[in-house]
Amino acid sequence: MGKASRAAFGEALLRIGATHERVVALDADLASSVQTRKFAEAYPERFFQLGIAEGNMIGVAAGLALSGMVPFAASFACFIIGRFEQIRMSVGYNNANVRLVGTHSGIGIGEDGYSQMGLEDLALMRSLPNMVVIQPADAVEAEKATEFLADYVGPAYLRLTRQSLEDLNDDDYEFEFGKGVMLREGADLALVATGGVVHNCLLAAEALSQEGLRVAVVNIHTLKPIDDELLRGLAAESPIMTVEDHGVVGGLGSAVVESLSEIKGARVRVHGVRSYGESGSGKELYAKHGLDAVGIASQARDFLNNDS
Amino acid sequence: MSTSLTAHRRAGNLAAGTMASIDELKSLCRELRVDALKMIHAAASGHPGGSLSSVEIVASLYFSEMKFRAGEPAWPGRDRFVISKGHGVPTVYAALARAGCFDRSELSSLRRLGSPLQGHPDRIRLPYIEAATGSLGQGLSVSVGLALAERFDSEDYRTYCLLGDGEVQAGQVWEAVMASAKYRLGKLTAIVDYNKVQLDGFVAAIMDLQPLGEKFASFGWHVLEVDGHDLEALRSAFAQAREDERPSVLIAHTVKGKGVSFMEDTYAWHGKAPNEQELERAISEIRSAAD
Ligand SMILES: Cc1ncc(C[n+]2csc(CCOP(=O)(O)OP(=O)(O)O)c2C)c(N)n1
Repeated sequence: MGKASRAAFGEALLRIGATHERVVALDADLASSVQTRKFAEAYPERFFQLGIAEGNMIGVAAGLALSGMVPFAASFACFIIGRFEQIRMSVGYNNANVRLVGTHSGIGIGEDGYSQMGLEDLALMRSLPNMVVIQPADAVEAEKATEFLADYVGPAYLRLTRQSLEDLNDDDYEFEFGKGVMLREGADLALVATGGVVHNCLLAAEALSQEGLRVAVVNIHTLKPIDDELLRGLAAESPIMTVEDHGVVGGLGSAVVESLSEIKGARVRVHGVRSYGESGSGKELYAKHGLDAVGIASQARDFLNNDS
Repeated sequence: MSTSLTAHRRAGNLAAGTMASIDELKSLCRELRVDALKMIHAAASGHPGGSLSSVEIVASLYFSEMKFRAGEPAWPGRDRFVISKGHGVPTVYAALARAGCFDRSELSSLRRLGSPLQGHPDRIRLPYIEAATGSLGQGLSVSVGLALAERFDSEDYRTYCLLGDGEVQAGQVWEAVMASAKYRLGKLTAIVDYNKVQLDGFVAAIMDLQPLGEKFASFGWHVLEVDGHDLEALRSAFAQAREDERPSVLIAHTVKGKGVSFMEDTYAWHGKAPNEQELERAISEIRSAAD
């Protein structure tokens, strides 16, 4: 097991601090959890602790950005989008150069339960016209995405996990903004996934291949702008099943369906979380909601058998 | 969840909704501390610091101050209690079990898949919970709504809201504070568990609240400063709150991690479960503490 994407983000941010003098970090009493503590210790004058007051934090980040600073404002994904009105006005509408970082996304956080789970963040963030949305699938990708965002100009959202993720990429992996990554080819079905569940899709594809099914797996780290070209190519070849640890409304599944909405014959099943979250171990919750390899494979079989 | 109430009484539980003696409350508080830590240990996650700091407050509410019926969570005449600092809910679960609302054996299911005892309070799964919390800053607003609704009700009840001190940094808390004063919600009592520590460090360093009493007073509230571990002081403060026409706040000075030496006054035990040895040490400290 590799590192959590939040940990990789924290390390990357610390390094970026040395080369990017205008990068600042903002916190709302979660520096140890969202992993900006190392940056805070190294660059205390560029770290702002705003207390448990996320709305204010986001507004302050917007102000800093409007005067030329490069703020990373981090909290749990649910508390970031809890302040969506500040995001749409102060960040989005102003086109403020703010990077919002939402950790502890999805049901994968486990025991804390629904109140701490970001399950609607992709939907809301995607809805703002100028907001780019990135979700890395492993630690290396999280690191590279953070580096990318240090130089990107415009409002951006980075979605990260609490839990450790399996490593998918080597250290020399190159993060290509806006491009999906084809991890495995296959003409019977394409699993199009984002975040930590990409790894589970690879396992599911392997299991399905034992049954003679050729299953492609694609990692969508950039949900917005999404890789239309890649998706259209896939849709011409095979049915697509999207997989994400996020609600089924508004996330990756919706993004893919939107992308393919004018494509003749495209078939998509959207697989994700269909209820409020709850307490339990991350593993149990993935099993219950069909996001582990077994669950993904059985959804895939159901989809392929349901040839309507 | 169906074991009969009388069985619980026989098992030595106190009757919630009646006034326990201070001595009874003191020994109850020891048991609540032990229960909360055992639960968090069994779940291998949770928030010991803020669960321990509010033990006397929660015990006073359920076993002395509030009208409440075990076995009848929807009793229309009950006083309403919102634990706005939802991460401190293990103490509430322990109190509910001691009150006979459900069997104490349920406590070990904290945070497990399918348990009514969710990591943060869930009113759908556990009807004794007045409102879901866990996202800090929202509970006082909901309490304002509960207190306003009481005016339309044939029943007469009070509303209580427990806030964390870090939580009071949230702007929405002050919006609710203003609204409470505007509507002269004399039947609303807020309690700030002022343990001086939050998640990342000391409140005074992260975003100081001082002068907290003056802030509430200038917003039109009746302010009572109290030692939040002194059961008699709490009892008399709650009584004074009843007598005032303004909304009242108990600024309850407490110690985070109270009762366990190595958990006291540090953020290190804000959100970390004790292991086996730590749990044993903690329990023996709690049990051997003088009154
Ligand atoms: C809106 C929101 N932001 C952040 C958190 C994460 N969080 C959980 S507990 C906590 C610290 C709470 O400190 P305090 O209110 O002082 O509670 P106590 O010391 O009594 O545990 C934080 C920041 C949260 N639950 N809700």
